[in-house]
Amino acid sequence: MPKLTIDGQEIEVDASMTVLQACEQAGAEVPRFCYHERLPLSGNCRMCLVEMERAPKPVASCCMPVGDGMVIHTNTDEVKKMREAVMEFLLINHPLDCPICDQGGECDLQDQAVAYGCGESRYTEEKRAVSNNDYGPLIKGTMTRCIHCTRCVRFSSTIAGTSELGGVFRGEHLEIGTYVGNTITSELSGNMIDLCPVGALTSLPYAFKARPWELKKTESIDVLDGLGSAIRVDSRGGEVLRIIPRLNDDVNEEWLGDKSRFACDGLNRQRLDQPYIKKDGKLQAATWDEAFGAIADKVNGLDGSKIAALAGDLVDVEAMTALKDLLASLGSNNMDCRQEGNAVDPNVRASYIFNSTVAGIEDADALLIVGSNPRIENPVLNARIRKRYLEGGFKVGVVGPAADLTYKHDYFGADATTLNDIASGKHEFAKVLKGAEKPMIIVGAGALMRADGAAILAASKAIADNLGMVKDDWNGFNVLQTSASRVGGLDIGFSPKDGGLDTVGILDACGDGKVEVLYLLGADGMEAAKLSDTFIIYQGHHGDSGAHMADVILPGAAYTEKNATYVNMEGRVQRTSLAVFAPGQAKEDWAIIRALSAALGKTLPYDTLPDVRGRMAEINPVFATTDEITPAEWTDFGMAGDLQLKPLSSHIRNYYMTDPISRASETMAACTAELLGQGGETERTGTDG
Amino acid sequence: MLHDRDRIFTNIYGIHDTGVKGAQSRGDWDKTADIIKKGREWIVEEMKTSGLRGRGGAGFSTGMKWSFMPKDSGDRPHYLVINADEGEPGTCKDREILRSEPHKLIEGALLASVGIGAHACYIYIRGEFYREAEAVQRAIDEAYDAGLVGKNACKSGYDFDIYVHMGAGAYICGEESALIESIEGKKGQPRLKPPFPANCGLYGCPTTVNNVESIAVVPDILRRGGAWFAGLGRENNAGTKLFCVSGHVENPCTFEEEMGVPMKEMLEKHCGGVIGGWNNLKGVIPGGSSVPVMTKGQCDSALMDYDGLKEHGSSLGTAAVIVMDQSTDIVRAITRLSAFYKHESCGQCTPCREGTGWMWRMMERISVGNATIDEIDLLEDVTRRIEGHTICALGDAAAWPIQGLIKHFRSEMEERILEKAGTQPAADAAE
Repeated sequence: MPKLTIDGQEIEVDASMTVLQACEQAGAEVPRFCYHERLPLSGNCRMCLVEMERAPKPVASCCMPVGDGMVIHTNTDEVKKMREAVMEFLLINHPLDCPICDQGGECDLQDQAVAYGCGESRYTEEKRAVSNNDYGPLIKGTMTRCIHCTRCVRFSSTIAGTSELGGVFRGEHLEIGTYVGNTITSELSGNMIDLCPVGALTSLPYAFKARPWELKKTESIDVLDGLGSAIRVDSRGGEVLRIIPRLNDDVNEEWLGDKSRFACDGLNRQRLDQPYIKKDGKLQAATWDEAFGAIADKVNGLDGSKIAALAGDLVDVEAMTALKDLLASLGSNNMDCRQEGNAVDPNVRASYIFNSTVAGIEDADALLIVGSNPRIENPVLNARIRKRYLEGGFKVGVVGPAADLTYKHDYFGADATTLNDIASGKHEFAKVLKGAEKPMIIVGAGALMRADGAAILAASKAIADNLGMVKDDWNGFNVLQTSASRVGGLDIGFSPKDGGLDTVGILDACGDGKVEVLYLLGADGMEAAKLSDTFIIYQGHHGDSGAHMADVILPGAAYTEKNATYVNMEGRVQRTSLAVFAPGQAKEDWAIIRALSAALGKTLPYDTLPDVRGRMAEINPVFATTDEITPAEWTDFGMAGDLQLKPLSSHIRNYYMTDPISRASETMAACTAELLGQGGETERTGTDG
Repeated sequence: MLHDRDRIFTNIYGIHDTGVKGAQSRGDWDKTADIIKKGREWIVEEMKTSGLRGRGGAGFSTGMKWSFMPKDSGDRPHYLVINADEGEPGTCKDREILRSEPHKLIEGALLASVGIGAHACYIYIRGEFYREAEAVQRAIDEAYDAGLVGKNACKSGYDFDIYVHMGAGAYICGEESALIESIEGKKGQPRLKPPFPANCGLYGCPTTVNNVESIAVVPDILRRGGAWFAGLGRENNAGTKLFCVSGHVENPCTFEEEMGVPMKEMLEKHCGGVIGGWNNLKGVIPGGSSVPVMTKGQCDSALMDYDGLKEHGSSLGTAAVIVMDQSTDIVRAITRLSAFYKHESCGQCTPCREGTGWMWRMMERISVGNATIDEIDLLEDVTRRIEGHTICALGDAAAWPIQGLIKHFRSEMEERILEKAGTQPAADAAE
C-alpha cells in the first residue's frame, strides 16, 4: 500500500485510489465539479488541482493515481490561487440568475464560490449566452448555466447506456446537448438533474415550485417498482413536491427511475379522500360509520367461503396482515396478493424472490433473461446489469421480448420451448451458463402470468438446477417482481391456503356467484364484467378502475402518507415513513381494517402499529428485522408441464404508467405522449389517466 | 552550415521524381530489410545515440520515447501513429515531406514500427492537406505494390500495414491524445495523462505518436548511424532540421539546416535577409505561434536550436520562424494569435475554454487602446492562471505569446492606451 504525505500528514492508502480520494481519507477537503464517485473520470473542471512536489505542474487530483512517496499540498497559497482562478473562469460566463434558478440553495457552484471564490469579479467583457434546449417533459435545460463538467454526458453514455447527450462545437462555444435537438428518452434521465452541479439541468415538473430550504425532507422507500429504492420525499404543507434518491449501495446505489421520481404529482390527483357507498348505481359520499355499516349489512351472516380478497401492487404488509386475519376470523381462505395471477409458489420463498440480490449481479458472470425487459420493468436494476456488463466477461442471453437493453446480448427468440433446450443442455447458451462460475437467470413476472406460468417456472428451475446456478454460496435463480407489495404479500401468507381460491379462482367464483363479497385492497385492473353481481369493497388511495366498480369505497393512504412495511424483490424488509398526512378522511390502511373488524364484531387483537408489526413477525420471522437479506431455502417448486408456443413477453408495455399513482400523474401522461408516442404502445382508454 | 553530403531531404521541393523509383534512386528503401533484421533493441539504441529530439515542438528524445513502449504487452497490439496534423501557424515543413518525400516517411514508419514492436501505423493528416494525403496514399500504394510494406515488408519477414486517416481541420487534433481520440472516431479532445499513450493509447493499446519529420529522418539515421546524426548540430541539440521562415524576409521558404545555426546567418543565407535590412527587424517568433516573441536584441545572438532559444526565454517549437519588421503592429499580431487560440480551444477544460476568450477580448481592446494600464496587469495575471492548469498544452500555447508581448513590448501597449485616452475627453477615457 503506497504511503503519501498530504499536508504534512503521512497516510497509507489503497493502491487503486486517486490522489483526491487519498486527500479525502486524510481529511483534506478538495473541491470538485466534474468528479463523481460513480462516473468515469474526466478531469476537465480543474477545480481539484493540488500541488505535488517534484511535479512540473499542479495535478488534477481526481485523475492522478496515488504513488508511493507522493507529497501533496492542498492548503498552500498557490492552491488557493488556483481554485480562485478556476472559480473565476467558471463564473465569467455563468449567468448571475441565482434568484430565479431552481438549483439555488443546493448548487455546487454557489457553495464553492462562497468557499473558494475570490469574492469579486474582474471580468468586464460580454458574457456568453446559449439558447435553451428542449429535453422533453422531465428535464428543463437552461444551458447558459452549464459549466461543461460533462457529468450528464458521462451518465448517459456509461450508466444509462443511451448516449443521448454530448458536446457540440468547440472552445467557449462548446454546448452540451442532444443530437439535433432530440429529447432525452432514457428511463433514468432524472438522475442527470441530481448529477448536474449547477442549474443547467433542473426538474421541469418541479420548476419554480419551491426552494430547498422550505422543504420537509423525509427518508423513505419507493414502491412504484419492485426494487424498493431508497428515496427522500420532499414536501411542503400537505403536498409532496419532489422525490429524489438516497444512497443505498445494496439496492439503487444512488439512482432512481423516472417513474419513481416524477410520478409524485399523481399523489395529489384523483385521490379518494372520503368513504363512498353506491346507492342507486351511483357512488355517494358517506361517513366511515355508514360505510362500515353497509359492509356489515352485507357480510354479517354470510358464509366465509363466499367472501374473498385480492391485494394490489402498492399495498403494505401491515394492511395485508390485518386483512388476512380479518378474513380468517370470517372463515375465508380466499385471498391472493398476486392479482395478475403470477405462478410463483407461495410456499417456497426462493421461487418468488431475487435470490442473487441486486448487488449480487456484480458477482455474476453469465445471465439468462426469460420473458422480461428489465429496462422498462426496472431501469435501475437494468443499470446494475449494464454496470456488470461494462466490466467485461459477462455474457447475457435473452429468451423473450426483443428490446434494446443498453448492453450487448445474444437473442434467442421469444419461444418458451427454448427454455427446455437450455435446461437439457442442448442449447448453445447452456454451455455458456455451465461454464460460468456464478451464472444467473432472471425470470420476468410477465412469463409467470401466462397460463403455462407454472411450467415456465419449473423449466426455469430446471435450468438453475441443471446448469449449476445454485451452489453453497450462490443462488442464481431470480424472479423479477415488478410490484412493491408482491414479496411482502407472499411472505405474510396473503395467498390461498387450505383449499382457498387463488386470483383466477376468485374471479371465476365471482362470475358464478359463488363468491358474493370481494374485498379489493388496492387492487385495480379487474375485469368489470365478471364482477357485476359481486359486492365489491375497494380500499385504496386513488379513484382508479377498482374504485369505479366498487359498492363501498374505503379511502386509504398512499406510500408517502404512512409508516409502512414493504419487502423488495430481493426479500429485503424496508419501511416507508410518513411525509405528509393522507388527504381528507383517508386513513392508514391497517387501521381501516382494524376499525372495520370492530364494526363486524370480529375485533382484531392489535391497536397500535408496533402490535401489528409484532403480529407480522409472529407469522414470518423475516419481519422481525429490517434491511437484512436472509437466503431462501432451495426446495422444490413449479409444475413441469407443456410450454405453450405463444411468444414470451413483458407484461409492462408503458414504463411510465403501471399503477394508480403513475396513471394519475400528469407528468407521466406527458412522458407517455411525448416519449413513447401517443398513448404509448397501447390504445388510450378511460382508465389510463 | 549544412554540407550537401549531410542533407537528408534531398527532394524537399519536389523537383525530382517523388515516386518510389525516384526515391530509390536517392537512396531510400536501400537495404531496409538489413536494418529491420538488426532488431528492435538495436534500432532504439541507435536512435538514442543519434540524440534526435521530437520535431513536433516539445523536443522530447525520440529514442527515449520508443523505449517507453512495453517490451511485452500480452495480446494487445502496438501502434505507431504519425502526427501529420501540421496546424501550428507559421509551420509548413511536414507538408513538404508529405508532398515530396513521402517514401522517407513510409520507410521511417516501417523502421519506427520495428523499433516499437508495432505492425500497424496510422498517418493522421490534417483535413486541409487533401493533395498531400493523396500524395502519401499514392506512395503507400506504390510501396505495397513493390512489396516494401504489407506482409513480409521488404522481404524482412516483418508484417507491416500503414493507413492514412484524414482529420477534419481542428488544430487541437494535433495534440497526440486528441489525435488518438479523433482516429477512434470521437470528438478530438485531449485525454488526461497518465495513462500515457505508451501504455494506453489508440484503442487502449500501447501507442507511440511521432511527428512526420521525426519519422522521416529515421531511415537516414539508421542507415548512416546515430553517431553521424549526433555529430551534427550542438551537444543535446543534434542533427539537421527543416526550418520554415515566413513574414518579413525577402524570400520566405522552407529549408533544411544544421541545428544551432545563428538566426541572423540563417535568415540572410536562405531568405535573403529581413526586408529593409537587419536593423529594420522588430521581433521574431522563432518556433510557431505558441512560443514567446523575441526582440531584435535577442535575435542578434540567438542560435536556432532548443537550448539556444531557451536561453532567450523562447523555444524552438516546430522551427517555424515568423519574422516581423518595424512595420508590424505587434499588438495586433499577437491579438490575431489570441483569436486563433480562442477559436481552436477544444472547450473541454475550464481555464482554456473560458480564459482564451477572455484574453482575446482584452487583447482586442488593448490593440486599439480601449483599455486601462491596469488591464495589462490583469491580462498578465489571467495568462498565469491558465498556464500549467490545463489538460493539454493549448492553454500554455495561448498564454505564452501574450506573456512574451507584455514582457518585451509592454511600452507599446501602454503608449496605445495613453494615446487613445489622451485624444478623448477625460470622461470617456475613464470608462
